[in-house]
Amino acid sequence: MTRVLLLVGTKKGAFILESDADRRNWSSRGPLCEGWPIHDLIVEPGSGALLAAGGSPWYGPAVWRSEDVGATWTHSSAGLTYGEAAEPIKTVWSLSATPDGGLFAGVEPAGLFRSDDRGATWRHVDGLTNHPTRPTWGPGAGGLILHTIVPHPTNAARTWVGISAVGVFETRDAGATWEPRNVGVRAEFNPENRYPVTGQCVHKFAMAAGDPERLYQRNHCGVYRSDDGSETWQEITGNLPTDFGFSLVAHPRDPNTCWLIPLSVPEAGRYMPDGRAAVWRTHDRGASWIRADEGLPTHDAFLSVLREAMARDTLDPVGITFGTSTGQLWHSSDEGVSWQMITDTLPEIWAVESVVLDG
Amino acid sequence: MATVLLPRSLLALFPGVERRHEVAGDSVAAVIDTLDGTVPGLRDRLVESGPRLRPHINVFVDGAPASLASPVAVDAVIHVIPAVSGGA
Repeated sequence: MTRVLLLVGTKKGAFILESDADRRNWSSRGPLCEGWPIHDLIVEPGSGALLAAGGSPWYGPAVWRSEDVGATWTHSSAGLTYGEAAEPIKTVWSLSATPDGGLFAGVEPAGLFRSDDRGATWRHVDGLTNHPTRPTWGPGAGGLILHTIVPHPTNAARTWVGISAVGVFETRDAGATWEPRNVGVRAEFNPENRYPVTGQCVHKFAMAAGDPERLYQRNHCGVYRSDDGSETWQEITGNLPTDFGFSLVAHPRDPNTCWLIPLSVPEAGRYMPDGRAAVWRTHDRGASWIRADEGLPTHDAFLSVLREAMARDTLDPVGITFGTSTGQLWHSSDEGVSWQMITDTLPEIWAVESVVLDG
Repeated sequence: MATVLLPRSLLALFPGVERRHEVAGDSVAAVIDTLDGTVPGLRDRLVESGPRLRPHINVFVDGAPASLASPVAVDAVIHVIPAVSGGA
């Protein structure tokens, strides 16, 4: 029997929502991870272990691990440090599995760590921290955070990371050196140079299915696509109602399709435009965008969806889920056309991950 | 040996660990290091880079606020208490 899990990270712990392949009725477990703020959750390929990234205001950063689908958890932060003389690490913002069996963790203040023992210990990928632009990095509204990690699916030497208010970087030598990848991306908040080498406020990016050279980027200033492995980006904001938002997910099989949720610009509140909830999708690489609101509230819906709080599963049709900063979890089992609310009583949602378990 | 009393929210992170410990060490830092040998990972929960106690972790030695450098007498009683902090 197919089990569909939604791993939800909130300001007050992790939660697991579970359904079958129909994805209509959901049960809920939580709060997990002792109520720690959780920024990201993933499933470790191969083992099926659940991993959760976060940080406690009292007890600091850690990566949590469960090998029994969330029933029990352990945690570790061994090695998650820049050294005794450096700024403490506040929290873990992002996790990703590498194609060669390792794990990456992105942290605040921005930096990258790697584990080769399933998260028991971590080592600093100092090639990124040692980048010549590091002294110029400054925090965005959410802090100086490394929030997105996209490993190449087959080439372990290549990885992309995203840092708010700094931009996208790529390594092609397993983390030894990194190159900024922000050509063509606007930085409207930098009037003297709208196209700097770094300083762009990337909010999220994702790789197109089956095409590692194509990336979709949700930026503070627009939506972009790269067809050359991030060396250049072209804007695809097109007919979207605003050029702001946080979340973006790509289709698991169709490289031309992705979904996102535009929000009003920061100065206007960062909620769904005009209080009318909608999810937008493209089927043509961003040449045009289609609005969908069936089942969503169409008035007085001043909802916000944060950068990690949108996910898709791998079923056919694809299921899409988003969580709001006011604790609502919405799901579509028809590829983002129509929507139903799963719950509206969770804490502030920071992360959603969809998992399909067979057998 | 000093007596160390750990908070319940910390014990929840290390299933099976007792609240009360008899620990050798002549400073708060030494006591925490000794405890970390018994409860691997415990130091990371109390101490950040510097090293210094995490901002919202309070340690009292015989009732007096303490830092990592504070001396610990052989018969001292050490309380580790999460700060009253945070909001909604």
